[in-house]
Amino acid sequence: MTRTALCVVVATAALGVAGCGGSNQPNDVVLVTHDSFAISPAVKKAFEEESGLELKILKAGDAGELVTRALLTAGNPEGDVLFGIDNNLIARAFGGDVFEPYESPELASVDPALVLDPAHRATPIDRGDVCLNYDKAWYADRNIPPPRTLGDLTLQRYRDQLVVENPATSTPGLAFMLATIAEFGEKWQGYWRKLRANGVLAVDGWEDAYYTRFSGAAGSKGDRPIVVSYASSPPAEVIFGKPRPTTAPTGVVESTCFRQIEFAGVLRGAKNEEGAQKLVDFMLSKRFQEDIPLQMFVFPARRDAAVPPEFEKFAVVPEHPLDLSPRVINENRERWVDRWTDIVVR
Amino acid sequence: MSTRSWRALTYGVPLAFLGLFFVYPLLAILDRGLRGDGDPPLDVLTDPVTREVVWFTVWQAFASTALTIAVAAPAAYVLGRYRFRGRSLVSAIVVVPFVLPTLVVALAFLAILPDNLERGWAPILVAHTFFNVAVVVRIVGTFWANLDPRVTEAAATLGASPAARAREIILPLLAPALAAAAAIVFLFSFTSFGIVLILGGPRYATIEAEIYNQAVRLFDLRSAAVLSIVQLVCVVAAIWVATRLERGLAVTGTLRAERDTLKRVRNRRDKLVVGVSLGGLGLFLGLPLAVLVERSLAVGGGHGFDAYEALTDRTSVLLAAPWEAIVNSVVYATAAAAIAVVVGGLAAFAVAGSRGSRGLDTLVLLPLGASAVMLGLGFLIAFDTAPIDFRAAPWIVPVAQALVAIPFVVRILVPTLRSIDPRLRDAAAVLGASPARVRREVDLPIVARGLAVAAGFAFAISLGEFGATVFLARPDRPTLPVAIFRFLGRPGELNLATAYALAVVLMTVTVVSVLLVERVRLRRGGWF
Repeated sequence: MTRTALCVVVATAALGVAGCGGSNQPNDVVLVTHDSFAISPAVKKAFEEESGLELKILKAGDAGELVTRALLTAGNPEGDVLFGIDNNLIARAFGGDVFEPYESPELASVDPALVLDPAHRATPIDRGDVCLNYDKAWYADRNIPPPRTLGDLTLQRYRDQLVVENPATSTPGLAFMLATIAEFGEKWQGYWRKLRANGVLAVDGWEDAYYTRFSGAAGSKGDRPIVVSYASSPPAEVIFGKPRPTTAPTGVVESTCFRQIEFAGVLRGAKNEEGAQKLVDFMLSKRFQEDIPLQMFVFPARRDAAVPPEFEKFAVVPEHPLDLSPRVINENRERWVDRWTDIVVR
Repeated sequence: MSTRSWRALTYGVPLAFLGLFFVYPLLAILDRGLRGDGDPPLDVLTDPVTREVVWFTVWQAFASTALTIAVAAPAAYVLGRYRFRGRSLVSAIVVVPFVLPTLVVALAFLAILPDNLERGWAPILVAHTFFNVAVVVRIVGTFWANLDPRVTEAAATLGASPAARAREIILPLLAPALAAAAAIVFLFSFTSFGIVLILGGPRYATIEAEIYNQAVRLFDLRSAAVLSIVQLVCVVAAIWVATRLERGLAVTGTLRAERDTLKRVRNRRDKLVVGVSLGGLGLFLGLPLAVLVERSLAVGGGHGFDAYEALTDRTSVLLAAPWEAIVNSVVYATAAAAIAVVVGGLAAFAVAGSRGSRGLDTLVLLPLGASAVMLGLGFLIAFDTAPIDFRAAPWIVPVAQALVAIPFVVRILVPTLRSIDPRLRDAAAVLGASPARVRREVDLPIVARGLAVAAGFAFAISLGEFGATVFLARPDRPTLPVAIFRFLGRPGELNLATAYALAVVLMTVTVVSVLLVERVRLRRGGWF
């Protein structure tokens, strides 16, 4: 009796559950992406009308979580297109055989320097740069010139002024560590020892660093005038300022920028492969590309895409950002992060 | 319903639910992690870093639990002994910190802590206490309110000093509820993750934080799996001790309805006791909350309601207007609370029954102590093929939230159910009542108050749940904590203020909904 009742309960639960299980209809396309993804409603609608497909967006956490989920579900993915893995993590996704190669015809308009994968498993969609930001007023008040190079930060003059994010837990933190490795090569560990001696503060995430430690963000009570953030943070300070300032309160130290490229790719085993290819094409179209800056605060990959005036005026597009190849990053990332932790934290 | 089919129901439903949505996905991900050849996975265990992490996890969990009980005790006493205006409001407000997203609270703490105290173990303990005070105040306070005051009154008449009465009577009577509350606080602190990362700085890590690091940052599923087994073993040991204590300590025959036990605040001394206890707690909980309110109003160097006005604007940050998150949160929380009350309520009857099972008792608490990171990843690979491909199903959100809420429902109800005098039941049976009628007319009225508190708690947990929700919720259906997180992740003052404004909205929704849920029972006088 007991056992029969139990079986009935289990069976009913299983049936009920199976009955409401979501299954993908071929008339939609699912974009798996990170938490920072954003798109104007009008642009989303334009894609849906053009293609006749409903665009569903699945946010899968930060970039690291996104890769982890893609690797775990490789071959039986959660959606059709994956967007948001950057050059720091893309080699890991290649290693897990996550993508189905696709060469978009729109690639012709993209800056060729951004096309890192000759096999076209991953298509570049946008570029952003991780750079040191500084508080303009802080330096003006004290009559000190803001730092101009990575090397400057070890000077007594910039003591106790820098706040960075932990590369183990933060994407900009990782990019900044890689910037120092690209700049100093073998000697990067010595550089960080000097930074530590000069009072660098390491915190866990960007939110903490930017909003509570950095003095330059509006509304922040922080007291450190230099922070690791993005090349596009100054225009964001202008656009979301109340009232809107006429000039950006923060500046970018251009020589410290590390290049970040974000890629999209068709997922292997996608339920709607044709729709997935259409979506990748659309993400490279002028319409989507010109929507990128004000939605995600990065720059379009397409050369002929216009950027808004606040970006023209207050953002920096470094001409020669620091850079390392995805393969080198993938082979050394964990070891470097461990070393960094030993030097800066322990 | 016969006794046997009732037993089958009380065991079957919780077992089926937990089996499908907890045990199965967890086993799936552990299997994926441990399968395959390569080095024996045990090297993680001998790593000195692991030992350090385990040690820190254990001692901070004990310390957090002790501190939480100490801070919560005066308020639990006042709520358990006195009747006064605003009593239910106070017990609803206490829940607020419990539902706030860790990131928001951590930022508020960073704003008020002096610089030299900002990093390290001290702020971690204080933050854990801040979050978990509600657990102790409500579980212990509710149980206390049901204790028959005539026992202590009799002892006083017979000449027992206040200290002796506390030691010999009140403490033993309260012990089951204290053990239940302590177990939950311990598990929450043990698996704490966000708070430890932000307030501890990079030097401190709990096992859960290390699991996240291994699984997500390094994609070393094998180490993550070994660590989550270590975590499970610790947690099972802790639960075993706690449930054993709870069981051994249960004293029967002392429970009465709340309306007969509370005394009015009459003289000066009563006023002083109530005022000091609640005032102290109010200061501790109120200060960080006040910071949140202030921050939500701080725009453009002055103060204004700009952030609140922005709540109605549709924004691409959410693919929805921020206020819609209120609706989503309430809908999800209602569904999750309903699931948790049904599944957890049945499980409580099974656990508290005369032949109650230790195994089920432990299993029910386990979702609080298992690695949320691994469970989330387990959902991905366990539910990926027909007929159980429901990674994208919207109802998976309240189901996941209910997993966290069920342990509360069970832990709130079990001490009460155990304390019901069996002679009451026997008497009813002798007088000819069927087992179903005994349950309806003896057990339920006594449990009703606890059930309302449990439902309120389940609702609040689901309102505040972040880890699983952010993983599973569709981006155009964000809940309040998810919306707060999204705004916090963007630069610009208005985005920051909007995040804080949403936190204030979450606080308000919590208080109102907890009051309403508990009101349901009070208005109808008995069982709802």
